[in-house]
Amino acid sequence: MKIAIASGKGGTGKTTVAVNLALSLGEVQLVDCDVEEPNCNLFLRSDLEKYQDVVLPVPRIDGNKCTHCGKCAQFCQYNAIALLSSGPMLFPQLCHGCGGCILVCPESAISEDGRITGVIERGRVYDTINLWQGKLFIGEAMASPVIRQLKSSIGEEGIKIIDSPPGTACPVIASLKDVDYCVLITEPTPFGLNDLVLAVEVVRQMGIPFGVIINRHGMGDDRVDVYCKAENIPVLMRIPDERQIAVLYSEGIPFVTQMTEWKERFRKMFGDIVSQIPVKEGN
Amino acid sequence: MTRQITVISGKGGTGKTTISSAFASLADDVVIADCDVDAADMHLIMAPEILETKDFYGLKVASIDPDLCTACGICERSCRFGAIGPDLHVDVYRCEGCAVCEYVCPSDAITMLDRKAGDVFTSMTRFGPMAHARLGIGEEASGKLVSAVRDAATELALRYNKSTIIIDGPPGTGCSVIASITGVDLVLIVTEPTVSGMHDLERVSEVVEHFRIPALVCINKSNINEQNTNRILDHCRSRQMDVVGILPYDRTPTDAMLVGKTVVEYVDNDFSSGVRAMWEKVQKYLFAE
Ligand code: SF4
Ligand code: SF4
Repeated sequence: MKIAIASGKGGTGKTTVAVNLALSLGEVQLVDCDVEEPNCNLFLRSDLEKYQDVVLPVPRIDGNKCTHCGKCAQFCQYNAIALLSSGPMLFPQLCHGCGGCILVCPESAISEDGRITGVIERGRVYDTINLWQGKLFIGEAMASPVIRQLKSSIGEEGIKIIDSPPGTACPVIASLKDVDYCVLITEPTPFGLNDLVLAVEVVRQMGIPFGVIINRHGMGDDRVDVYCKAENIPVLMRIPDERQIAVLYSEGIPFVTQMTEWKERFRKMFGDIVSQIPVKEGN
Repeated sequence: MTRQITVISGKGGTGKTTISSAFASLADDVVIADCDVDAADMHLIMAPEILETKDFYGLKVASIDPDLCTACGICERSCRFGAIGPDLHVDVYRCEGCAVCEYVCPSDAITMLDRKAGDVFTSMTRFGPMAHARLGIGEEASGKLVSAVRDAATELALRYNKSTIIIDGPPGTGCSVIASITGVDLVLIVTEPTVSGMHDLERVSEVVEHFRIPALVCINKSNINEQNTNRILDHCRSRQMDVVGILPYDRTPTDAMLVGKTVVEYVDNDFSSGVRAMWEKVQKYLFAE
């Protein structure tokens, strides 16, 4: 079973929920798909080992064969090749690795190399958590291939908790693909509500069952509660706006390890989530 | 010359939009650009009156004409993104618009269609003109949309003869962040003294360094963890980034947000005067020769 933890806006407590839920459940796989800012391990401090590089194909142009015709630059939809007077110049960060330039080159001057844009790492912590994380290298633009490779690295069995990137764009879609349930984290503020509404649009469009956790409950007003009620969205949990939680967070300590009564609450919430997942046909 | 400053944070939720909108209300001659296109929130405080809406086209999408298609399957084998299934239908979420299938199709059955991926707005607010956007759900081209918003802001600055563009940037380190900082004069990184805040500050300052843009730092919610605040100060010293503001953990941003105001409009207290003082300093860097 795959459960994604997502939010329209960053900084609402996705990682907090993912880590604390993982620590409350026993044997799980925790998958940090926020590859631009993977933060789960800041709270778990596992000795991660490298599992795989993320390699994207990228063209290599043979200067001896190239006649400067410029067909590759014309074809590339991502402006990854520019034709200068000295010949074609490649901007590898812009390349999507579609292979089109190789097909169009009349001189067969283009071959392909691999380019490492990120890394998949894993570790085991607290005896119960298999932590997986993807990391996009600095200066690299494309998060989705890292997320896709990360998700295909983990096995099918057991409970998988997926910490998604914030927002509603393509990396979020990549992280939500094929999940069984999505928990949306928000704050009881105008920004929180605005971004929740966008996130709800995403999960509805993808047909994923979902519920909401209101974090820092008490800091703003009741507009998120009102919205969820009107839209018939289950509020799975309210985490209060308590200084102790904020301080533990700042130190990188998962709060269930100090405020142990919360483990039971997370377990109960997990039970609620499981009961909301429709049984798949054929299972 | 118009000067441009981008406010970013690496990590979300550190108070980036609180600070960029407060700056907008303090600047004399300003165009505002909300480049956090994925979770655009600034309009909730700016209450923009939309003057013009433009369609934003991202990457194209392949479309197969069933009347011309002979089901040869060459396109399916050529697409590297798995966007064409065995039934020879294009999955629009997977298609990255590379046009390889159009090129290889022997029957000319495939055309690349424009796809609307969002809207770009130009608006007027109580502080000046504003450029902002809405990205369609699950769209790929958020970096391109950021550039479109910045183009619109530059145009507004020319039209209304404004000296400053304040850009509210997106979180993260990927394509939309890169698009929001390339070619600007100054970056302000808003961070917080938490393990995540510090980690993301480090990553995002590497991005800024990679593109050789001068950067300043603001530490928000500083009294949540004084020890970490000191660590950030050390880190900034070693990277030669000046810390221009240290703000307390405070209810003011939330209270101001609830009534749709910037913190400096809302109240005159320690927090808002801290932001004011920071803008004074930032201006000096921004307009330094
Ligand atoms: S492989 Fe595709 S994206 Fe990369 S340079 Fe060639 S045409 Fe452009
Ligand atoms: S345009 Fe490229 S990504 Fe889209 S279906 Fe054709 S080959 Fe695949």
